[in-house]
Amino acid sequence: MWESVKEFASEFFVTGDPLIYGADVSIVLSIIAIVSVLTYFKKWGWLWREWLTTVDHKKIGIMYILASVLMLFRGGVDALLMRAQLVMPEMQFLSGDHYNQIFTTHGVIMILFMAMPLMFGLFNVIVPLQLGARDVAFPFLNALSFWLFFSGAMLFNLSFVIGGSPDAGWLAYPPYSELAFNPGPGQDFYIWGIQISGIGSLMTGINFIVTILKVRAPGMTLMKMPMFSWSVLSSCIAIVFAFPILTVTLALLFIDRYLGGHFFTLDGGGNPMMYINLIWMWGHPEVYIIVLPAFGIFSEIVATFSRKKLFGYKSMVFAMIIISVLSFLVWAHHFFTMGSGADVNAFFAVTTMLIAIPTGVKVFNWLFTMFRGKITFETPMLWTVGIIPNFVIGGMTGVLLSVAPADFQYHNSYFLIAHFHQVIIAGVVFGFFAGLYYWWPKIFGFKLNERIGRWAFWLWNIGFYLCFMPQYALGLMGMTRRIYTYGWDKGWFEMNLVSTIGAVIMGAAFLVQIWDIAHSIKHMKRDTTGDPWNARTLEWSIPSPAPFYNFAVMPQVTSQDDWHERKLRIEQGLEKPAKVALEPIHMPKNSGIPIVMSMFWFFVGFGLIFDWLWMAVPGFIGVIACMVVHSFNYDTDYYVTVEEIKRTEAEAGRVIT
Amino acid sequence: MANVNAGHHDHHPDQEELRTFAFWIYLMTDVILFATLFATYIVLQGSTDGGPGPKELFQMNGIYASTFILLTSSFTSGLAILAMNKGNRLALMNWLGVTIFLGASFLFLEINEFIHMVSEGATIGTSAFLTAFYTLVGTHGLHVTLGIGWMIIVIMQIAKHGITPVTKRKVNIISLFWHFLDVVWIFVFTIVYVMGVN
Repeated sequence: MWESVKEFASEFFVTGDPLIYGADVSIVLSIIAIVSVLTYFKKWGWLWREWLTTVDHKKIGIMYILASVLMLFRGGVDALLMRAQLVMPEMQFLSGDHYNQIFTTHGVIMILFMAMPLMFGLFNVIVPLQLGARDVAFPFLNALSFWLFFSGAMLFNLSFVIGGSPDAGWLAYPPYSELAFNPGPGQDFYIWGIQISGIGSLMTGINFIVTILKVRAPGMTLMKMPMFSWSVLSSCIAIVFAFPILTVTLALLFIDRYLGGHFFTLDGGGNPMMYINLIWMWGHPEVYIIVLPAFGIFSEIVATFSRKKLFGYKSMVFAMIIISVLSFLVWAHHFFTMGSGADVNAFFAVTTMLIAIPTGVKVFNWLFTMFRGKITFETPMLWTVGIIPNFVIGGMTGVLLSVAPADFQYHNSYFLIAHFHQVIIAGVVFGFFAGLYYWWPKIFGFKLNERIGRWAFWLWNIGFYLCFMPQYALGLMGMTRRIYTYGWDKGWFEMNLVSTIGAVIMGAAFLVQIWDIAHSIKHMKRDTTGDPWNARTLEWSIPSPAPFYNFAVMPQVTSQDDWHERKLRIEQGLEKPAKVALEPIHMPKNSGIPIVMSMFWFFVGFGLIFDWLWMAVPGFIGVIACMVVHSFNYDTDYYVTVEEIKRTEAEAGRVIT
Repeated sequence: MANVNAGHHDHHPDQEELRTFAFWIYLMTDVILFATLFATYIVLQGSTDGGPGPKELFQMNGIYASTFILLTSSFTSGLAILAMNKGNRLALMNWLGVTIFLGASFLFLEINEFIHMVSEGATIGTSAFLTAFYTLVGTHGLHVTLGIGWMIIVIMQIAKHGITPVTKRKVNIISLFWHFLDVVWIFVFTIVYVMGVN
């Protein structure tokens, strides 16, 4: 008996690596710490009522942001481990297998479990406020999306202590990811972790399209809508078209592995190239899905801190829509060297280059907005300005890569690595950071400390250039990606050393940011104005943090940058704060179904990964049962009384008569 | 949703209309899902790897029968909507019941076809063509199964609550879903079966 338990445990848990034993210990310790703190302070009920069952878009947004910061830490540790292995030739720090697992999980976590939830977090906390709405169109679905993402992320993250991590690269190309070459459970963790959270992303896409198209404040026509909401709309349209392709692709890979199918195998007539086409039909739009909202954030911040209306609003909107359409016509540029032929390569090279045009339009619009503006450099603006040169360099190297013949030289080299980190870190991550600094006071009711924020900004940027500029050169010197060791004879030592130093500085910058948050929670003064930046859009017209019903009185929108115009009119005495009679507000009730249903999904995934039908089948029945229970529930909302609205507004320092 | 008709003027949009709109977007994602499966099937259609191909495997008489049954069920789900709009609850439930019966008959024929094929040695693991075939046709079959379960739940809610704005929207949406499955089947019928045997 004891022997068979030991044998099972040695296969089930990952053993033999001191790094992983360390991780085991820290996971167990943190779980014990969390559970005992919650029990000691009797916070379980509070946690369940206020957070786990909430359908409030602002709280869901905060949970997304929190989860994504944790994932940034995990993905960042992976990055530092890789840079430690590559810091000098003939390093023995990681084995080749372990290195493969680390670059795979680094890629998956950063794109799918860090960038996506950080983006959804910002969607959630800001979009309804910008639109003058009480909530998203479907609050229940929104909570379900979050918990599906969370289950998927937890499932994926378990793989490194249970069963072993996937090691076939972040897009899991067959035949490496097929059963014949990759028999362990790691690849199945990949499939189910991404599949479950991907369904959540798809539902978020639908939810926000409906919210933006149908739940805007009266008077807000599409052409008066804030730019961030426009960017969210274009991103969500791309989500709705791209994510079903991912769902199918992962399902097909699973059928190959689990049912012995032959979609992408080398035998039985399968076609691995089909997978590579499908995964990039999702994968390329995916990078635009995450970068478009960052463009929206820059547009908001540039206008606010230049004290000017955004230059070229209509061209901005148009550029965003063009980018989301073009993003679907470029996927084959990811495999120019795989023998598609000259005509196909030429088509995809040209469509890829075309994307530079609308992107350039946006950069010039930001510059023209700043031109003759009264610019101030608070942290959000600092990030935005810092991003422009970064993104321009990244964009130009992208155009270099899109030249099909030249790509035969760059393909799979560190030049490529440097390029996509430059657009994704400088475009997406820094963009979302800018958004976090900008909207932080709206979310939590106080600003982040400016001085520490500046330190973080400079450390991130210096670290970034030190880390990735040498990689362009390394790529041209012939260093290919995914190698885990190299010889002294290559002459790559100095550049790799500099690159690793840069990575360490970025790691330090992350810690400075965490310090910034901790310091600000303790020391920063509460923002009582609700509008600390003197900003322009509706979310700033209500107290910070926003009350759970958002707007006590629905705003009536008359122009673009409506809040700014209203402030001007009040200043000039043209408009007085109107007296409006309060009415009861219609709100959705909390629900435990989303978290319970996602837990059942977790069991489905875990059961199928280990081929434990005794776990997967009941899990699936649980999922169906949750859907049925929800369908039969007709008691999903309630009214907030006028007295409660008055009391809440008074607590936030506003008197409404 | 108990207060749908309560008097209030806080500009929040009609939930039933929002849900119908969202369902159209969901259907669009399902279109892409099936388009991806069709694309995969078309690419792998000829990859029989020496195993049996469409001509040896497909028995068109059964396919004609199941196609006829599914098209009829789309018609009966339309009759259910007509009955609902007339306010005839009993007829609505009966027509939905007939639709469920026809849907189940379609599934029965499909499962029989699969069992027959597997007994002839044409399993999902035989060749890429068969993997793609079972996945595409099976995904449609799963959607039909889901639709049947869903319709049963909607009938139970009509029995409980009668024809209200909420149940009305639910019937409209399931009927939309059912017509969608019909359209997908027309593509399956044409691309997989008719073009397969010719």
